[in-house]
Amino acid sequence: MPVALSIQNLTKTYSNNLVALKGINLNVEQGDFFALLGSNGAGKTTAIGIICGLLNKTSGSVEVLGINQGDQANEVKRLIGLMPQEFNFNPFEPIEEILINQAGYHGITRTDAKKQAEILLKKMQLWDKRSNIAKSLSGGMKRRLMLARALIHQPQILILDEPTAGVDVEIRRSMWAYLKELNANGMTIILTTHYLEEAESLCRNIAILNEGAMIEQTSMKKLLSKANQQVLILENSKKLPQEITANNFNYERLDDYSLQVILGSEVSITEVLQVLSGQGIDINHIRSTQNRLETLFLCLTNKTNKKDFS
Amino acid sequence: MWIAYKTIIVKEILRFSRIWVQTIFPPIITTSLYLLIFGGLMGQRIGVMQGVDYLHFIIPGIILMTVIQNSYANTVSSFFLAKFNHSIEELLVSPVPYWVILLGYISGGVARGLAVGISVLITVYLFVDFEINNFFIAFTTFLLTAILFSLAGFINAVFAQSFDDITIVPTFILMPMTYLGGMFYSVEILPQFWQDVSKFNPIYYMVDSFRLGFFGTSTSDLLTSMSVLIVMIVILAALAFYLLKKGVNIKT
Ligand SMILES: Nc1ncnc2c1ncn2[C@@H]1O[C@H](COP(=O)(O)OP(=O)(O)OP(=O)(O)O)[C@@H](O)[C@H]1O
Ligand SMILES: [Mg+2]
Repeated sequence: MPVALSIQNLTKTYSNNLVALKGINLNVEQGDFFALLGSNGAGKTTAIGIICGLLNKTSGSVEVLGINQGDQANEVKRLIGLMPQEFNFNPFEPIEEILINQAGYHGITRTDAKKQAEILLKKMQLWDKRSNIAKSLSGGMKRRLMLARALIHQPQILILDEPTAGVDVEIRRSMWAYLKELNANGMTIILTTHYLEEAESLCRNIAILNEGAMIEQTSMKKLLSKANQQVLILENSKKLPQEITANNFNYERLDDYSLQVILGSEVSITEVLQVLSGQGIDINHIRSTQNRLETLFLCLTNKTNKKDFS
Repeated sequence: MWIAYKTIIVKEILRFSRIWVQTIFPPIITTSLYLLIFGGLMGQRIGVMQGVDYLHFIIPGIILMTVIQNSYANTVSSFFLAKFNHSIEELLVSPVPYWVILLGYISGGVARGLAVGISVLITVYLFVDFEINNFFIAFTTFLLTAILFSLAGFINAVFAQSFDDITIVPTFILMPMTYLGGMFYSVEILPQFWQDVSKFNPIYYMVDSFRLGFFGTSTSDLLTSMSVLIVMIVILAALAFYLLKKGVNIKT
């Protein structure tokens, strides 16, 4: 499969000497649904800015569908649609105009742009608001407007920088369905998000940036299989006894009725329950605390104790 | 490319038309006041300047001053706002060559200069009877002036980091230069030293050739004036293009 995006040794030092990217490498295949994860300030938006021509890189190379971004920036811009993290439209412009102007910058005639804008605004449930100025939209609506704008020139690669921040649950689900549909029709999608559940349900491949360095690039499946540790909360209807003997698993007493148990691959939940019931504790409710990917993410980015995941 | 250019220029024209109360209307008021006070009331005492009665003499100056201020104001505020609300990114992620972006903004500034210039011209016509001696010279001067100050406004906007930065240059540099360039007087009335100093003020050449277009008389020759204007346009255009391409204060 041809490579949609290939980044080599990309570095970025901002004018205030802050090093945001320390030589990252990244490959995204065509047709992929790719998650670029990382904590706040990891450098995701910086990397995206360079790919899209919003920022000058310090060194390294970026190729999009085999075209070098440094040499043929405009050719690359034709291929990409960007939905940025921050609102970046003129708040006083009517939203339909925003889409038509964006199309105009891509060389699409007003007549064609109007048709395309209508399709997208309807899809984003913004058609009723087409003559309203952008300022009058709610936060979630503004995000949808930016998604529509990113799609107006029918790009081959869609880059979404935190697309669902501030979007309500219902719209988020429908946005996911729409993105899946676009991806199924061949569009390569690269997404950053802090909702790991979103990455897990949408993306096939994943990269994790941490403090400007790429610490992981793998498939979602492989990554999740690494997540062999699970944190469960076990609840008892009766008060727990003072002493609990547990030789093969770690636990923590949360209150008089509940225990937090960390399960590795060596012990199963059945064994844990057996050990507990042997001491007269009959667990009547089990829930998991964290999303598996979330636990793993925290471990990889060093935000929690690494030895938990050995 | 043509579509992209058209999109930018239409957007620019719509922008200043939407806020016509702030853009088109004020120059009409100030022009009326200038004519009334300087031309009407004081002009009678001043009499004749450069062979023309004072009321007529100040007309080209007033029009050109309006053009200078408005072309400058249009690009400086439009480009600065686009930077400020990040909508400039809409252009930067699109395959629009930098020279088209620049041309679009400059055309917007020229369009505003033209819109305001014509409104002022009509206003003047309501008060005073006058004729334009050589329309071609007047129009060319107007056009070059509008281009030059649109470029200057653009460059100001690139460097501006705050709203204060877009008012400093107009207030402390542009305004004095305009007044000292002979908007309301002929440099002939100045002592020799100040006459020579005026020759370093580009606005002097613009007013002078604009007046030549109106009255057929001038204090400097047309060729010099046009050369000064064109050379300055070339320099500022090259600088503006360089700044935009490098992404100074935008892509760092
Ligand atoms: N214009 C700028 N000038 C200087 N430093 C910047 C600039 N933009 C970002 N940075 C810095 O670069 C680093 C990376 O920022 P970036 O926006 O790429 O992070 P991110 O991964 O997108 O984070 P988030 O998840 O919060 O959006 C941060 O330390 C940030 O402070
Ligand atoms: Mg970001």
